[in-house]
Formats: sequence, structure tokens, C-alpha cells
Amino acid sequence: MDIMEQIKTTVHSNPIVLFMKGTPDFPQCGFSMRVAEALKSCEVAFAHVDILSQPEIRQNLPRYSNWPTFPQIFINGELIGGCDIVMELHEKGELQKMTRAAVATVTQ
Amino acid sequence: MTPQRIKALIESAIPHTQAIVDGDGRHFQACIISPAFGGLAALQRHRLVYAGLGGKMETEIHALSMRTYTPEEWAASRPP
Repeated sequence: MDIMEQIKTTVHSNPIVLFMKGTPDFPQCGFSMRVAEALKSCEVAFAHVDILSQPEIRQNLPRYSNWPTFPQIFINGELIGGCDIVMELHEKGELQKMTRAAVATVTQ
Repeated sequence: MTPQRIKALIESAIPHTQAIVDGDGRHFQACIISPAFGGLAALQRHRLVYAGLGGKMETEIHALSMRTYTPEEWAASRPP
């Protein structure tokens, strides 16, 4: 499958996807760690992609999402943003609402 | 890359913008005040700044943490 198709499939087949450096349990970058911790605290299941072990995704995701840096979080197939935006949503309590709503839609 | 250079790039790319930038050469923090942010969500504001920095986000800048304000939001965010 074409890499852009593969990215599209990934973000549309999971309600929440985090593209990060490392994994939620072993993050390899402080920004990825902060976003993973924020998502964990929302107590919802989320998919993750370790871009360090998937160089082709690392190279092409910025082109797919029109966003140059990592981490990137997608909810319902849409880019929410990077670390600053996710942390701002988290501080406002919006992140938990958004993630729970996304997961609820899928399980209904 | 230097904070001064990032400040200059942002301020020349987006008219009437003021950027306060700090950083260590790889990781930077910016506070950006611009009328161009009016009516835009955070995602679009950040994209506007990234566009102003051209391809440097992938190469010379590892991370740029941003706080974005319109002049009105900036005035309201500080005590009188």
C-alpha cells in the first residue's frame, strides 16, 4: 500500500492515534512523553505509532497532515495538533471530553 | 539557529506581528502576538507560524513551543 494510503487508513481506523517518538511506556522525547501522559490520564484506549521505528511514516506524515513536527495526535481522523495544543486542551479539561466522545462513537 | 533569527523570520512573514523568542539552538519557546490570528483556532495559528518558518522546522529547529495571541487577547491576558 502507498504510504499516504497507509497513514490515511491508520488515522481513520482508530478513534485516537498518537504519532510519537518511542512508545507511551518508553517515550524517547519529552514532548512525546507529555502528550502520552496527558492521553493516559484521560483513561481512554488510544493507538500509537512509534515514528522512530517507522522512518517512512516519519518522513511522510508531515506532508499528509500539513504539520512539520512530532508528536501529532489525531482524533476521528483529524489532526488535533502537537504538544502545545494538546497540553492546552488538557489543561482546559477539553482533551478528556474529546477523547471520550471519540471512543464512545466507535463503541455504539 | 538563534532566537533572534526565528523572531525575524516570524515577524517578516506575518505582517504587524511581535514575537518574543527564547531557546537553546534546537528547542525554542515563542510568544507571538499578531492580528493575523484573529478568528483562527490554535491549529491554524501554529500552521501560519510554521509556514512563515518555511522548511526550517524539519531541519534547523527541532521544536518550537508556541503561545499565540491576538493583540486583544494579549492585552486581556495581563493585569492592567
